[in-house]
Amino acid sequence: MIPTSQYLFLGMVLFTIGAIGVVTRRNVIIILMSIELMLNAVNINLVAFSRLVGSAEGHAFAIFIITDAAAEAAVGLGIIIAFFRNRETLLGDEMDLMKW
Amino acid sequence: MLDHIVFYFFAALAVVSAILVVTRRNVVQSAIFLITALLATAGIFLQLHAEFLFIVQVILYAGGIMVLFVFVIMLINMDVSLHQIQFNRQWWLGLLLALVLGAELTIAIAIGRSHLSFGEPAPASALEPSTQLVGKVLFSEYMLPFEIASVLLLVAMIGAVVMAKKKI
Repeated sequence: MIPTSQYLFLGMVLFTIGAIGVVTRRNVIIILMSIELMLNAVNINLVAFSRLVGSAEGHAFAIFIITDAAAEAAVGLGIIIAFFRNRETLLGDEMDLMKW
Repeated sequence: MLDHIVFYFFAALAVVSAILVVTRRNVVQSAIFLITALLATAGIFLQLHAEFLFIVQVILYAGGIMVLFVFVIMLINMDVSLHQIQFNRQWWLGLLLALVLGAELTIAIAIGRSHLSFGEPAPASALEPSTQLVGKVLFSEYMLPFEIASVLLLVAMIGAVVMAKKKI
């Protein structure tokens, strides 16, 4: 039997790696992929706690998070396509259209 | 024993491919390693007896979302971005803050482990027909969030179409 804290540590490591990707990379596609990694790490935590408590509610929330990730990927990639069409760049730090 | 081997194998696979996702220069390679990381997570779900989530993870994440990503990467010409600087100017500050966040979470889990004693998970028999249980929970207790999720998907669909249109 693997203790729940091992799953929490795994989720923490994956979440931190995703956070590093979000704040350090310039390519917006990789930033979106890092967000997917972070959402995935949260899912591991939810399922591990669900196993600990012995109910399926964590699974239901994990399904909601996956739905959310799908919606976010679709809209985010749409925005990336629109941005690339207008500005010919994929770099996050050049996205300053709304900067004052 | 087998449990441990499976868990540590998939955990190591997930962590290594996550690091590669964040550090690779080529976006296509990042996408491939993200697929590996998601499949390793699916293996961990299976090891946790979450069979339905395992299937959803493989079909929806590794199958659906990643196809969308690779499709967009192919649409966008990325030869230029291979020769650009990959990390932004304040990357060291961001890295520092992310590592501080990781350290905080580690401390929180380490303290919680000794105080809350979440050592032993429930036996596997507690979640035996787990897909059936998920269905029951999803369609009774969380019926309203489930319906709202369908509205969210509709909004996302319309949003994606509007965003990707040539002329609005």
